[in-house]
Amino acid sequence: MTLGNRSRINGARVAFEGDPEMPLLWFLREAAGCKGVKFGCGAAQCGACTVHIDGVAVRSCVTPMAAVAGKRVTTIEGLAQGDTLHPVQQAWIEEDVAQCGYCQAGQIMAVAALLEENPNPTDADIDAGLTNICRCGTYARIRKAVYRAAALKANGGAS
Amino acid sequence: MNAPFVQTRRDILRYAAAGGALVIAAPLASCARRPSDEMPAPPALTWFEGKVGAFVIIRADETVQIAFPNPEMGQGVDTSLPMLVAEELDVDFDQVETIQMPLELMPTEDGQMTWRYVPQGSGGSFSIPGHFEALRQAGALARALIVAAAARQFGVPASELTTERGVVRHAASGREATYGALAEAAASIAAPAEAPPLKTREQFRIIGTAQKMKNARAIVTGRAIYGIDAELPGMLHAVMERCPYFDGTAKSVDDSAARAVAGVRDVVKVNRPALGAPYDVQAEGYAVVADTLWAAMKGRRALKIDWDHGPFADESSAKFRQHCADLLAGSGQIVRNDGDFDAAFAGAAATYEATYWEPYVSHAPLEPQNALVDVREDRVTIIAPTQMPSGASREVGTLLGIDRQKIEVLATRLGGGFGRRLSNDYVIEAALISRAVKAPVKLLWTREDDLRHDFYRPAGLHHLRAGFDADGRLVAWTHRLASASKYYRRPNMPETEYWTAELYPDDFPSRLVDNYRLEYFSAKSGAPRGSWRAPAHTANAFVVQSFLDEIAHNRGEDPLQLRLRLLGEARDLPYEQHGGPVFNPGRLAACLRLAAEKGGYGEAMSAGKGRGIAGHFTFGGYCAQVVDVEVAADGALRVSRVVAAVDIGTVVNPNGVRAQMESGVNDGLSTALRLSINIEGGRVVEGNFDAYPLMRLADAPPVIETHIIDKGEAPAGMGEMGIPPLAPALTNAIFQATGKRIRDLPIADQLRGG
Repeated sequence: MTLGNRSRINGARVAFEGDPEMPLLWFLREAAGCKGVKFGCGAAQCGACTVHIDGVAVRSCVTPMAAVAGKRVTTIEGLAQGDTLHPVQQAWIEEDVAQCGYCQAGQIMAVAALLEENPNPTDADIDAGLTNICRCGTYARIRKAVYRAAALKANGGAS
Repeated sequence: MNAPFVQTRRDILRYAAAGGALVIAAPLASCARRPSDEMPAPPALTWFEGKVGAFVIIRADETVQIAFPNPEMGQGVDTSLPMLVAEELDVDFDQVETIQMPLELMPTEDGQMTWRYVPQGSGGSFSIPGHFEALRQAGALARALIVAAAARQFGVPASELTTERGVVRHAASGREATYGALAEAAASIAAPAEAPPLKTREQFRIIGTAQKMKNARAIVTGRAIYGIDAELPGMLHAVMERCPYFDGTAKSVDDSAARAVAGVRDVVKVNRPALGAPYDVQAEGYAVVADTLWAAMKGRRALKIDWDHGPFADESSAKFRQHCADLLAGSGQIVRNDGDFDAAFAGAAATYEATYWEPYVSHAPLEPQNALVDVREDRVTIIAPTQMPSGASREVGTLLGIDRQKIEVLATRLGGGFGRRLSNDYVIEAALISRAVKAPVKLLWTREDDLRHDFYRPAGLHHLRAGFDADGRLVAWTHRLASASKYYRRPNMPETEYWTAELYPDDFPSRLVDNYRLEYFSAKSGAPRGSWRAPAHTANAFVVQSFLDEIAHNRGEDPLQLRLRLLGEARDLPYEQHGGPVFNPGRLAACLRLAAEKGGYGEAMSAGKGRGIAGHFTFGGYCAQVVDVEVAADGALRVSRVVAAVDIGTVVNPNGVRAQMESGVNDGLSTALRLSINIEGGRVVEGNFDAYPLMRLADAPPVIETHIIDKGEAPAGMGEMGIPPLAPALTNAIFQATGKRIRDLPIADQLRGG
């Protein structure tokens, strides 16, 4: 299959000749070099592989290449604007969220999409909307960082 | 094993000017398929092309890099260990970059290998206590050489010079020079004969200050490199189908369809070593090696293997529990025996008894196991997320019969460890496959591989009895445990020690009860076992701290007061296990009091709410936690707050301590709520996070408070002591809220439907 002319990854046109059933995760990691997208479960359980497709957070480990044709994919590497971090990335640093850090790219992508949809989430919104797994247990800081990111975004912070 | 630090100090400083750039960012080799040329350059994936042979790198542009020797797995050593160096070096920590040091070994005169600088394993909460002296010495020596260079340049005695934040000053003449300007000259100065003096505690400017994680920006931008991200030119991908049955073997295999998959290069049989070998792999199996990961995965699916179900084909979780119960009916190994338990118990005015169950649990680090190994005729390169890079070197050296000096191990950041990566079985597998196909091989496990082939935390059945005399003194205590010992099949261990007890002789309330007996029963199970963060402490603290709570409620005594009167005053008791050599009950009592005070322990709670407390000592750290729960009418459980107090002696990074406490609380809670590994037909049932539901944000306590006691005692680590008190404090709170005593873990749906 080919992805078609409109397919973009982090703004760049991409070509793909191969198995349409291959998960997007492996294309991103192994072909496009976007190693920030992480493999955790392969079953859409943990969210470490979260990317945006046309602005919506999806779990790339269960997204076949066939579903990406003509779409715009954004990975963690494409979230910042040059050296200016996305407000969610900035909030993650300010709240010192990460421990091992392995899940955090997926967490950040999930939160970035959540805030686009709901700029002022409540605790209940966060509970329902953020189902990514953090094995280190950084959840209390994640919650604080979501609120900080929402505030940064509202104040026209980075991006 | 630890080489005396003074022997190697001339190597501590290496400068860009002297040795060329030490860290070189190099784009990785192209993959088999590349996107079009319009794709932007891949993220700046970097790897160490040169080796970082020292702790401190100072360049003329004032860049200061400090290497941390131990693998970073989330415990914060990429920040806390460089703080020790920076303290004595006297640089502005905000300006310091930190980098992972590769494994640095050197041969001894008798041909063994030892650490070139310092030990480099991550485990046992040992990074801080293990390096507290040596890394400060490294910083002090670097500073002394820089000062010596300034003394030469200024033509004044070194004793007249002071340093502050990367600048050397001569007060009398007003002259000053930056470290960057002095670095090249300092590199040529011989190390002083005597180690420079270290700062006193009062002089600390960095140690004890809250520092954020150094490599946060790399993480939030997706540029941090984990083992799974490593690549080498010409690398092939491998995935492996392992026998799902404990100690099972392949009766037959048909790999023709697998080999027919486009891109598949080979199918390699991986055998288990014999018992007692100095290395292990989890199970025998077949690795599919391919040009791409996806081809390897498709090839694996096409394998047709007929497995023999092995010697444990009848094992199930239910049978194992019954087996433990049967064992407890007899007599076991006496692990400790003070006084005469039987007589004291028989003569007690009041006696108590309870039985508790804990299941197997899995480490489940979020980064699945992986290793990139390149076995050549004359050298081996290993890039892997491992807590024990020296173990990887030793085991691969033994496996391949190759001189360890020809084995290079590049430890990466780990996507979690939790004790799983103390074992290097996945490195061994990759080495075997690389040797077979004569190419660099990147082996990747799936989540199912990881959950079904772990070294599980031992499952076991605990039986406790206690007796009080007429004056209310605890006079008799016995803890009898039937479990599957974690020492089973441990590499390099004689079979006679496979049954080593999972009860620690000196653990609380040992030495505090006159008639005290610990009895262990080694249960038979085919499941591989190993160390799971704060190993048996997580299991045993749950049991001991739950039982005390039960006793207190039965006696009409406050559970905290019962603990405090058992612990008594501050004094040193001998403690020979994790975190010894002493246990001071007074320090644990102080943690309990502080957690109780800050957590409002003992306040009246409204219906459906409860507040529980527990405390434990392990790995040199004292920790107590107060847990608040709300249990709804339908049994839905919510943990609304955890208040913790901890005494780990001198604190290096209070922010890191809080982070690890939060981690311990959430790990303890996640495990207590829903986690268990179950066995049916001699194989593990759970395969992914749907069946092994690690806790998500919605269930995590929104508030975790950490109160730190630092009276300047010798430093302990913080990786493990945050977990053991959580489960019992939680179930004690549940008892207050509901009247239901949880004696089986996990809690799962025990609160539902009465």
